[in-house]
Amino acid sequence: MKPRPNYFAGAGSIIWLLIVLVPIYVMVTATIQTQQGYASAGPLSLPSSFTLDNFGALVTGGFLTYVWNTVIVTVSVVAIVVLVVPPLSYAVVRSRSRGISLIFRTFLLGLAIPAQAVIVPIFYLISVAGLYDSLIGIILPTAAFCLPICTLILTGSMRDITPELYEAMAMDGATPMRSFFQLVLPLSKSGISTIIVFSALQAWNGFLFPLILTQSASTKVITLGLFDFQSQYGVNIPGLMAAVLLSILPVLFVYLFARRALVQGLMGVGGK
Amino acid sequence: MKRPTTGRSRHSGGPNVGRPGFAWALPATIFFALFAIVPLIGVAVMSFTSWSGLGSPEFNGLDNWNKLLGDKVMMQSLWLSALLTLLGVVIQTPLSILLGVWAAGQQKNRAVLSAIYFIPLLLSSAAVSVLWRALLDPNFGIPGQLAGIFGGDGNLLGSQAGAIAVLTFVGAWQFTPLHTLLYQGAARSVPPVLYQAAEIDGAGTMRKFFSITLPQLRNTIVTSGILMVVGGLTTFDTVLILTKGGPGTDTTITPYYMYRKAFQSFDFGVGSAIALVLVVIATAISLIMVRATGYDKMNSAQEGI
Repeated sequence: MKPRPNYFAGAGSIIWLLIVLVPIYVMVTATIQTQQGYASAGPLSLPSSFTLDNFGALVTGGFLTYVWNTVIVTVSVVAIVVLVVPPLSYAVVRSRSRGISLIFRTFLLGLAIPAQAVIVPIFYLISVAGLYDSLIGIILPTAAFCLPICTLILTGSMRDITPELYEAMAMDGATPMRSFFQLVLPLSKSGISTIIVFSALQAWNGFLFPLILTQSASTKVITLGLFDFQSQYGVNIPGLMAAVLLSILPVLFVYLFARRALVQGLMGVGGK
Repeated sequence: MKRPTTGRSRHSGGPNVGRPGFAWALPATIFFALFAIVPLIGVAVMSFTSWSGLGSPEFNGLDNWNKLLGDKVMMQSLWLSALLTLLGVVIQTPLSILLGVWAAGQQKNRAVLSAIYFIPLLLSSAAVSVLWRALLDPNFGIPGQLAGIFGGDGNLLGSQAGAIAVLTFVGAWQFTPLHTLLYQGAARSVPPVLYQAAEIDGAGTMRKFFSITLPQLRNTIVTSGILMVVGGLTTFDTVLILTKGGPGTDTTITPYYMYRKAFQSFDFGVGSAIALVLVVIATAISLIMVRATGYDKMNSAQEGI
């Protein structure tokens, strides 16, 4: 059956494409222009000047430190998520315990706890623990707030493993530990890649925890760097756009390779 | 059958062989409890204390709540949050249904466009807000270059209506991809036989959309709508970077007001009280979400196996 073209939706989709792409076009072209060139040409015009100074200024302005801090935060958050979420999801899917079912419900409720709502006590906790203005202070709460969605995604993926496979393992006298490593983990590879991409994205893009829990330049992450840059040099639009571009390049790069994991994960969450 | 009463499986060889015990859930649970559940209780407790960030919080009864009840900015912030949330739902829902249903087609060009549509969702709210603030700069931005369309002095963020329109638009720019994706997935799972039957009856594109697609998307409309409401009520980064709650307090929505009270005026008690209001609203909505989507039922159905 050949679908008929739908001109109305087609036109709408083109308009939306422009709305998505025009800002990205302006951003990319601004980064290679001088401040004067950009101001005189206007944002939507073709570039009238060319320079790479905007990126050079980011390097000398300490932006690479922010990138490095963000990398540390992201890698640590992913590590924590990958260590604690698979065992929890395995227990949720396989255990008959009421306690675990209660825990799972609590995690689901946790989906709706906005970080803003608990930021004051978290600030208090982190300060009392002596972790204020440290990367660990960002990492711990960020990872904790990744857990509900990642658990939801991974339990969904683990439920696809048929009970017969578990029973076969149990017949052989396998301990939960052996079932976990020999059956569950190998069959959950796609779910695990999805939670890696998810938690990495959340950590890389995180803003509220760094904003509240750090203050010095040495612990600054890239989103805060953008905010600071904007507050201080808001009129240097090419410089600002270069910073924005630098902050999103790694994400776009990952998207090229992990689109499936991300898209399937999101669709799965919505479809359930 | 032997039905175990707990999930413990320490005695190997017993009926619980192969069933993971409580210990498997422990690391994640402790971690989550420490940074989400304890703070949640903490915010309730702290809403009855006064704390300026130094020393320890001290109980002050209902002072914070009395202050909030008489606080015009707080009441205005609730109304503004509701308005921005409503605008978000009203604009993003039809848009993402149309785009999602369209993108659900298997054509190659639709797959490519869907991949591009997704990009804004990948960016941090900070990057999105900084980007749009630069694009809308009164002197060097798009409104200045296209004065014919936008009119005025090109300063869209200078008036309340303009600022609210910008926040709504930027929210839609950032989050429509998420909802489009949800609808795309849902539209793909509509049984093709329904469309085939309708075509035999001579139904056109419009008729099929309103009589088949839309009713079949009902559950997704609920899920997506609730995500929009929770997301809308907790908008913070965008307001901080784009408008700073202004002009004046014209876009000071509740989460931003909480931030101002707690982290700029160092009145953490009042900040906690505002946060608690947010928690109550968000939890109420999430309970509805869990019910409406059957997450909890899916779990208990699994338990019986």
